[in-house]
Amino acid sequence: MIDFLKAAGDSPSEYVTHHLKHLQVSVGEGAFWTVNIDSLAMSVALGVLGLGLFWLVGRRATAGVPGRLQAFIEIVIEFIDGQVRDVYHGSRRFVGPIALTIFVWILLMNAVKMIPVDLPPGIAAAAGSEYFRAVPTTDLNITAAMALAVLLLMLGFAVAAKGAGGFAKELFTAPFHADGPVMKLVLAPANFGLNVIEYLSKPVSLAMRLFGNMYAGELVFLLIALLGMAGGNLLMSQAGAGSWIGGSLAFLGAVVAGAAWSIFHILVITLQAFIFMILTVVYLSIATEHH
Amino acid sequence: MELISAIQSSTAIAIGVIIGLGALGACLGIAIMGSKFLESAARQPELVPMLSGRMFLLAGLIDAAFIIGLAIALFFAFANPLLSSALTAAAGL
Repeated sequence: MIDFLKAAGDSPSEYVTHHLKHLQVSVGEGAFWTVNIDSLAMSVALGVLGLGLFWLVGRRATAGVPGRLQAFIEIVIEFIDGQVRDVYHGSRRFVGPIALTIFVWILLMNAVKMIPVDLPPGIAAAAGSEYFRAVPTTDLNITAAMALAVLLLMLGFAVAAKGAGGFAKELFTAPFHADGPVMKLVLAPANFGLNVIEYLSKPVSLAMRLFGNMYAGELVFLLIALLGMAGGNLLMSQAGAGSWIGGSLAFLGAVVAGAAWSIFHILVITLQAFIFMILTVVYLSIATEHH
Repeated sequence: MELISAIQSSTAIAIGVIIGLGALGACLGIAIMGSKFLESAARQPELVPMLSGRMFLLAGLIDAAFIIGLAIALFFAFANPLLSSALTAAAGL
């Protein structure tokens, strides 16, 4: 490969695996204490950005004719509030802000994907670090952490709605109801097992859905970048008319495919943020329901 | 060497099966949902805004299993953990 087209490594597979490595810092013994500092920094920065923007606009909000930014923020808030109202039938004083935060934060984290795949690692390489993965939601740790927070919220909402005793009672009596004490005792282990599986499968599916979508999209972007790089290399090799035609065709294909995949990903980015948000609200509303 | 190529060939088949069958299922699901959506939109056009929102939500949910499979398949294509353990064992010989 020609040097200035070569991002990292010598083979396509090395290029892809290099782009999938995190910038890691070890803070203690073992693999568990290895922190992916890049996704952590990006997610915190984007969270501060999103919250800061909303806080700033909220502080300066006027009751008169709104500015362009305030109108945009109002549209977002009203959209989220309408969605939450359809799903969650209770006080929205706490659930509404949660839904808004989740949606905006995940949307911002996913939207980092619209930056060309080679730009963040290139900037990091120029700044002296070997690896940098810019999209936080392509890191399973980040999505799993958000899903775990949702699980804790679910448990908190359930306890708050039914009380600790009521919640514990429901864990052992919920899906299969029985009348006699003997049958209740017989059905208790099955009920408990089913409830635990139900509570655990929700965060797992939340985390895997967001991570899988973003990770697969990232890999396809990398493959398209590889196609463009191969076309560029063929063009630069100047090995006759065949390499010229093939190189320009490959390069053109990469441009077309990259544009199409980016446009499709605008849908995926918003859709996944929306699905994570709406499922969180649905789960919270299920957790508060009495059986 | 034969062990490595055996792992590679079975991984390639597995990747094809994961992506192919996953795409088949997701396409059938999207097709059924899309046809039902068009039917109900033709029957009751006033419900289209509500239904299209739900349709996109469900499209994301239907796609999710396939996309997760795709991500795992591509992970196996580029950083095969089964192969790397064989490679480290071969390098240690």
